[in-house]
Amino acid sequence: MSDQAVTLPASAGAVANRLEASGPRGPKPRHVFSRRNIFLYGTLFVVAVYYLLPLYVMVVTSLKGMPEIRLGNIFSPPLEITFEPWVKAWSTACTGLNCDGLSRGFWNSVRITVPSVLLSIAIASVNGYALANWRFKGADTFFVILIVGAFIPYQIMIYPIVIILREVGLYGSLAGLVIVHSIFGMPILTLLFRNYFSSMPEELFRAARVDGAGFWGIFLRIMAPMSLPIFVVAIILQVTGIWNDFLFGVVYTRPDTYPMTVQLNNIVNSVQGVKEYNVNMAATILTGLVPLIVYFISGKLFVRGIAAGAVKG
Amino acid sequence: MTEANGTSVSIQDLSLNFGAVSVLQTLNLDVAEGEFIVLLGPSGCGKSTLLNCIAGLLDISEGRIFIKGKNVTWEEPKDRGIGMVFQSYALYPQMTVEKNLSFGLRVAGVARDEIAKRIARAAEILQIEPLLQRKPAALSGGQRQRVAIGRALVRDVDVFLFDEPLSNLDAKLRAELRVEIKLLHRKLQNTMIYVTHDQIEAMTLADRIAVMRGGIIQQLDAPQTIYNRPVNRFVAGFLGSPAMNFLDGQVEAGPVFKTDGVSVPLDRYVFDGTERPTGACVLGIRPEHIAFGDAAKSMPFSASGSVEIVEPMGSDTLVWTKLGGRNLSFRVEAERTLRPGDPVQIGFDPVRASLFDAATGNRL
Amino acid sequence: MSKSERPNPLFRNLNAKIASIPMILTASVIFVGGTVWTVFYSFTNSKLLPRLNFVGLDQYYRLWATPRWLISIENLLIYGAISLVFSLVIGFLLAALLDQKIRFEDTFRTIFLYPFALSFIVTGLVWQWLLNPDFGIQHVVRDLGWTSFTFDPLYNSSIVIYGISIAALWQGTGLIMCLMLAGLRGIDEDIWKAARVDGIPMWKTYLFIVIPMMRPVFITTLVIIASGIVKVYDLVVAQTSGGPGIASEVPAKYVYDYMFFAQNLGQGFAASTMMLLSVVIVIVPWAYLEFGGKKRV
Repeated sequence: MSDQAVTLPASAGAVANRLEASGPRGPKPRHVFSRRNIFLYGTLFVVAVYYLLPLYVMVVTSLKGMPEIRLGNIFSPPLEITFEPWVKAWSTACTGLNCDGLSRGFWNSVRITVPSVLLSIAIASVNGYALANWRFKGADTFFVILIVGAFIPYQIMIYPIVIILREVGLYGSLAGLVIVHSIFGMPILTLLFRNYFSSMPEELFRAARVDGAGFWGIFLRIMAPMSLPIFVVAIILQVTGIWNDFLFGVVYTRPDTYPMTVQLNNIVNSVQGVKEYNVNMAATILTGLVPLIVYFISGKLFVRGIAAGAVKG
Repeated sequence: MTEANGTSVSIQDLSLNFGAVSVLQTLNLDVAEGEFIVLLGPSGCGKSTLLNCIAGLLDISEGRIFIKGKNVTWEEPKDRGIGMVFQSYALYPQMTVEKNLSFGLRVAGVARDEIAKRIARAAEILQIEPLLQRKPAALSGGQRQRVAIGRALVRDVDVFLFDEPLSNLDAKLRAELRVEIKLLHRKLQNTMIYVTHDQIEAMTLADRIAVMRGGIIQQLDAPQTIYNRPVNRFVAGFLGSPAMNFLDGQVEAGPVFKTDGVSVPLDRYVFDGTERPTGACVLGIRPEHIAFGDAAKSMPFSASGSVEIVEPMGSDTLVWTKLGGRNLSFRVEAERTLRPGDPVQIGFDPVRASLFDAATGNRL
Repeated sequence: MSKSERPNPLFRNLNAKIASIPMILTASVIFVGGTVWTVFYSFTNSKLLPRLNFVGLDQYYRLWATPRWLISIENLLIYGAISLVFSLVIGFLLAALLDQKIRFEDTFRTIFLYPFALSFIVTGLVWQWLLNPDFGIQHVVRDLGWTSFTFDPLYNSSIVIYGISIAALWQGTGLIMCLMLAGLRGIDEDIWKAARVDGIPMWKTYLFIVIPMMRPVFITTLVIIASGIVKVYDLVVAQTSGGPGIASEVPAKYVYDYMFFAQNLGQGFAASTMMLLSVVIVIVPWAYLEFGGKKRV
């Protein structure tokens, strides 16, 4: 071995020396403006502009006065910025006979969203925990029904729920809508929590049982404190989902308890009066603001939420 | 042993089925007070399942389980008087070490000063006092496992259950903690049931080893007995590293073992029964029981061959040769320098060998 | 023996069962009960209130003879095909672009996904404004000199459903991209290394190796898109209210209008049963494969 090691460079040396002068050496050069990069970033940039354009137009339109809108073009920035449309959209825009603006819908939505989010998550997290750790006979059957139910068009269950809510005297009230949201949020949230709790080490659950903790003890003292991320994901999912709901709002509430989306649609698509596009766009932004803020603050958790809700883990 | 003190854990005709799959089959096991029992076997043999049944974490299909003379078959885990240590430690990540240790006691409503007393004692035994205020994430693997043992310790129970407690640790720490567990057992004199797939842990720790396969206890005996007189070919092959050599052949009247031009006289072999079986069988001999060189010539059986491969292992060297056309390994001192091709003389005493029926694998 | 009787199996895991009551009620009463109820009453001639006056398949004959329903179905098919094909293709291409270890990946992803946070109502209203022929894109292009340029999908009954599809794609493609990106990230890095060593061009690697490996992701995505298609409602309400005329009607809107405006419950029930039927054909085999067939360990 050792004598070989000495002779090898000696014979190959001459060749190596000649190659060294001209051959590539060190890191491979990279061109920032390679054709690949231009294509890649160019495409992404164009697509990004397309995605951002509606948001831009919304904002720009809402800051213009009506005369400027009639004359100008929707893409041009406002010559004279006015917040008049925003004020009007919030406090004086009319839906039917009510002329107190979107603020009413906003507060209705808040009163709907907060309890719905809390109730639906409370129920679903316990469901998921029971399904993951305390499998009892028949539990999986109900779970499969639940999951299939998530994909069934709501239209087929709408009317029976109307009857049930009418029977218990909650039809048209905010409480009734909260119950409806909890029911229809249950499938995806239960799936989310079940998968999360299933992915936790089984031994942890066993250790807690040996320690003598029961169903609620293990959930409240061991599982829930370990699951804050998934609770945040669930909150994001539910806040945006419930805030953006239109169908349940329009079916299960009355005009004075309409959520923001329903009221927005009524303002913009009302056939009476002169169309005030700037007010409409301001109202539209206002309605989209809550989920947008949630989206931009939560960032990756939002992505995780929709991915977790959509793809089973 | 301490059989005089009576039985601590008794398992009677225990069966467990998952649907149509039978995981444990009418299994019986009596563990004496203060005994250290190791359940040993390859993965999927049912050893961890059996431990979980004892703990009450799995519902059994048939049979009964007694702990300290009390039928605990339908008791909750907390009421069985057991403490359990898990492979993944299973420490509650959001609680400090102290809270981890006291969780079970707090659930049970034990008085505060009593909790403090027990934690102090456990922390002292395990030398984890400086760690009490830390969270599990801030501990090393060895420290975590100590805390996990501590959690069983504070419960002040009679029976400790260990579910592969050292498998997640690296080799060095594993050896250290193995010694500590042995010391702990000597100090506490508790009954311990310990599941592992590591034969070294089993050999070093156990008073008795239960070798399991396919949900059945194959052999339950003291480590040396299991090592020297395995009841079947599976047990013989599972224990020992490097593994036992096996030679296929026949037993013929004499009695003598024959295979491809080799015949081993068996007059010194201790048969299991009184009758002398004949027919196809397997002869097993451990590498360390094969003599080499001059010592081989004085053995009842000896043969010559040549070295095929040499595997130095540090403390000694494993040498491979052929006997009757089959690979055979034996151990020599590390100082011996053998090269492939060198002629060797080997031999062994059949009293050290094991004979198994070729069809059933049972010891003859 | 301290205990001689086996505990009653009904009370085993009692707390888990109590805690699951909301789930059990929802699954059995609302999902199963409600569905059965609606299907059952679709065979009656209920008008303003549900009545048990059976008329057999009359509601279904009437349904399939109603032009508005036929247009709804046609629209749903066009909208569905566009959504399915374009969101899958665009979503996958965007995901593949983002997967090239580019800079500002998070920024791009945030931009592509933000429309998904917006409701269909907001989406519909924005695109209604952008596609407004007097002020929107058509107006802007005409101002640039192209005076004959025409782009008014929302006011042209033959193409209105395409106008709605544009808005739907803008809102939903980001989600598909995210799912695809997650799928791509789930592919073993070594596959790429092996393909590179073997000298396989990137597009071929995607086409013949990566996409087949992502089969489960595609199936799940497909189910999500498909169930979203059938439910489409708010977007149409916001963007066109079904107009011009009845050119952009969809089944979900048909159901709602017949149940709550036309006071013809029977028609609404029959239409919703048809919606259910179409979904069942897609969902049941999938759900069986995903959740029923194989047992979780």
